[in-house]
Amino acid sequence: MTAVAEQELTMAGALNRALADELREDGRVVVYGEDVGTLGGVFRVTDGLAAEFGEQRVFDSPLAEAGIVGTAIGMAMHGLRPVVEMQFDAFAYPAFEQITSHLAKLHNRSRGRINLPVVIRMPFGGGIGGVEHHCDSSEAYWVHTPGLRVVAPSSASDAYWLLRQAIACDDPVVFFEPKRRYWSKEPIAEQPAADFDRAAIRRGGTDVTLIGYGAMVQTLLETADAAASDGVSAEVIDLRTLSPFDDETVAGSVRRTGRAVVVHEASGFAGFGAEVVARLTEQCFHQLHAPIGRVTGFDIPYPPPMLEAHHLPSVDRILDAIDRLQFDDTVVLP
Amino acid sequence: MTVTHHAALLPTREPRRLIEPDGQRSGQSETMPDDATLRELYRRMVIGRRFDSQATALTKQGRLAVYPSARGQEACQIGAVTAMAERDWLFPTYRDSMAMASRDINPVEVLTLLRGDWHCGYDPYLHRTAPQCTPLATNTLHGVGLAHAARLAGEDTVSVVLLGDGATSEGDTHEALNIASVWQAPVVFFVQNNGYAISVPLAKQSHAEYLADRGIGYGMPGVLIDGNDAAMVHTAMTEAIDRARSGGGPTLIEALTYRIEAHTNADDASRYRSDSEVTEWLARDPIDRLQKYLQAQGLLDDTAIAELADEAEQRAGRLRSAMNSDPVLDPAELFAHVYQQPTRSLRRQAETLADELAGGAE
Repeated sequence: MTAVAEQELTMAGALNRALADELREDGRVVVYGEDVGTLGGVFRVTDGLAAEFGEQRVFDSPLAEAGIVGTAIGMAMHGLRPVVEMQFDAFAYPAFEQITSHLAKLHNRSRGRINLPVVIRMPFGGGIGGVEHHCDSSEAYWVHTPGLRVVAPSSASDAYWLLRQAIACDDPVVFFEPKRRYWSKEPIAEQPAADFDRAAIRRGGTDVTLIGYGAMVQTLLETADAAASDGVSAEVIDLRTLSPFDDETVAGSVRRTGRAVVVHEASGFAGFGAEVVARLTEQCFHQLHAPIGRVTGFDIPYPPPMLEAHHLPSVDRILDAIDRLQFDDTVVLP
Repeated sequence: MTVTHHAALLPTREPRRLIEPDGQRSGQSETMPDDATLRELYRRMVIGRRFDSQATALTKQGRLAVYPSARGQEACQIGAVTAMAERDWLFPTYRDSMAMASRDINPVEVLTLLRGDWHCGYDPYLHRTAPQCTPLATNTLHGVGLAHAARLAGEDTVSVVLLGDGATSEGDTHEALNIASVWQAPVVFFVQNNGYAISVPLAKQSHAEYLADRGIGYGMPGVLIDGNDAAMVHTAMTEAIDRARSGGGPTLIEALTYRIEAHTNADDASRYRSDSEVTEWLARDPIDRLQKYLQAQGLLDDTAIAELADEAEQRAGRLRSAMNSDPVLDPAELFAHVYQQPTRSLRRQAETLADELAGGAE
C-alpha cells in the first residue's frame, strides 16, 4: 500500500482509506453497521474492507441503530475501538438514548474508569436530491450533549485526517460526513489541516469572517470568490470541530475582521449557529462593527428534493448577509 | 452456523422448580446444587435481605436519597451471581443492589448512586460489574457488545444482564435479544419478573403467557423458572452460563418472583395492589423455603441460623456507621471526567466555580 499523501481521492475514497489504515495499524478497530460489510455501505465508504480485513472486523449488523451504538459501548468497555455507521443522519434517532445517556456519560459516571473510544459516522445534510429522512442536519442535538465530540470534515483531504484523529481519540466522537461532497476529489495532504480540536482558516481575508463546516465550507469559498469581485475580502473558517469549539481561532479571526456570518444547513432556531453567535458576541463585542449574521436553513422540516434548493444556504443568500453587515453605516433590515 | 428452531427452545409450561414453597423437594427431575452451594445461597440471601432492609432504613434517616428495595427477590439476585465466574460480567439495574453486594462490591460503593455523591461508586473493571442501569433495558445491549468483544478476543467471558418485566417492553431489549442471537454472543438475559413496573402490572406490559416464550422467536432457548427458589435459579443460571461459555449462544430466563416492598421508599403500593396479594407472596418467601429444606436435610441447625443472623447484623451495622459519615466531595471533579481531558471551556468553567467557592466572585 502506497502512502496516502498526494494521492487524489474523493471524500468517500479518503474515508475508506482512513478506515483501512486504522484497521491495519490498530487491531482493536472494528467497523460495522447496516450494509457496511458485503455491500461496502450505501455510499461505498466501507467498500472492500470486509474482504480485506475479514468479517470479524468489518461486518453487517442487524437493522437496529440503538443496537449498533449500544453494542459498540459494550465492545469499547472491553477494549475495542468500534467505528459504526448510521446509514443516514435521520436514521440515528433510534440510537439517541444510547448516545446521549450512555455513550456520552459512562466515562463521567464511572469517574473516568470506563473509556469509550467509539466513532459514530453519520452522513449528513442535503443537496443530493434525497427523499425525506435522508438529508437531516442533526448536529445541534449532539453538540448539546456534554461528553461527545462532534466533528465534520469539509474536504477529501481533511476527511481522511479527521477520521484518523477521531478513531485515535479516546472520547466518543460523532463524525458528520457531508454527503453532497462525497464525490469531490482532491489530493490528500501530508498532515491534518489542524489539530483535532482546532478549526482551520481555509482562506485569509480582512473584511468579514465566514464561518461554516461540512458541505457549507465549499459554498463559503465560492462566496468569498464572489465577494472578492465586489471588493470585499472574506476570511473562511472551516470549524472542523463543533464540540469542543475552537473559540481562539474563530474569535481571533472575528476580532481582526470585525464582521462575521455563520452558515449552516440546519434550521436556525436554537441551531448551532446561535451558539457561535453568542460566543463571538461575548468575546468580540468591542471589535464588532455589526451584529453577526446567520444564514441557515429555514425553520421547516427538510424539504422534498424538488424544493430543497430554496432551503439550502446559497452563495447569493450569503452575499446578501454580508451586505447587511453595515459596511456603509446604513442599517438595512432583512 | 446451525440454527435451532424447534420446541426445545420453548420454556416448560410449568415453571421449573427444585424446592416447593413449603420446603419440600419438588417432583421435577432437576439437578439439585451440592450442599455447600445450597448453604452458601442461604447465607448470601440472609445477608442480602439484611443489607436491603438496612438500605431502606437509611432512606428514613436521610442518608440515602432513595432506595428501590428488592425484598422478596433474594433468590433471583443471589442465585444469578453465584452461578457466575469471577471473569464474567454483570450488567445490573438500580434494583440489583443485593446481587452487586454479593459480588463483593463494598456496600457503601453499591449505594453511592443512591446516596448521591456520584453516579457510580465502584470500579467496574475490578468487579466486572457495569454501572447500574437506570434508563431500563439499555444495559442489555452493553452486555451483548462486551460479550461479543470478549469472544473476538478469544476469552470465554459471559455477560449476565439483569432486567425486569417492565424492561422487556423496551425496544432495546428486543434489539439486544435479536443481535445476541444473530451473533451467538455469550449472554444470559435474566428477567426478574416481579409482577410490576412501578405500578403497572405485567398484564399491561405483555399479552404473552410467559415472557420466556419470546426466546424461540429469537432462535434462543427461553427458560421459565420459579424465581423464589434459589436452588432452581442457581441451576438454571449455571446451565445457561455453561452453554454460553461453550459457544452455545444466549439464553432468555424468566424468573417468577415478587417485589414485596413498594417500588421505592417514595412509592405507595397500596394505590395499585392489594395486601392479600402481598400476603400470598410472603408465603412463598425464598429464604424461608430454602431454610426449611436445609433444616429437613440436616444441613442447617438453629446455631448456624443464629450465627448467620449475627453476621448479617454485624455487616448491616458496619454499613450503617459507614453511611453515617458525610462523604467528602470535590466540586472540581464535576469537570474532571466529562472528557479524557477537560476542554478549554470546561477548564474556564471549573475556574469560575473554584472562584465562587473561594469567595472571589463576591
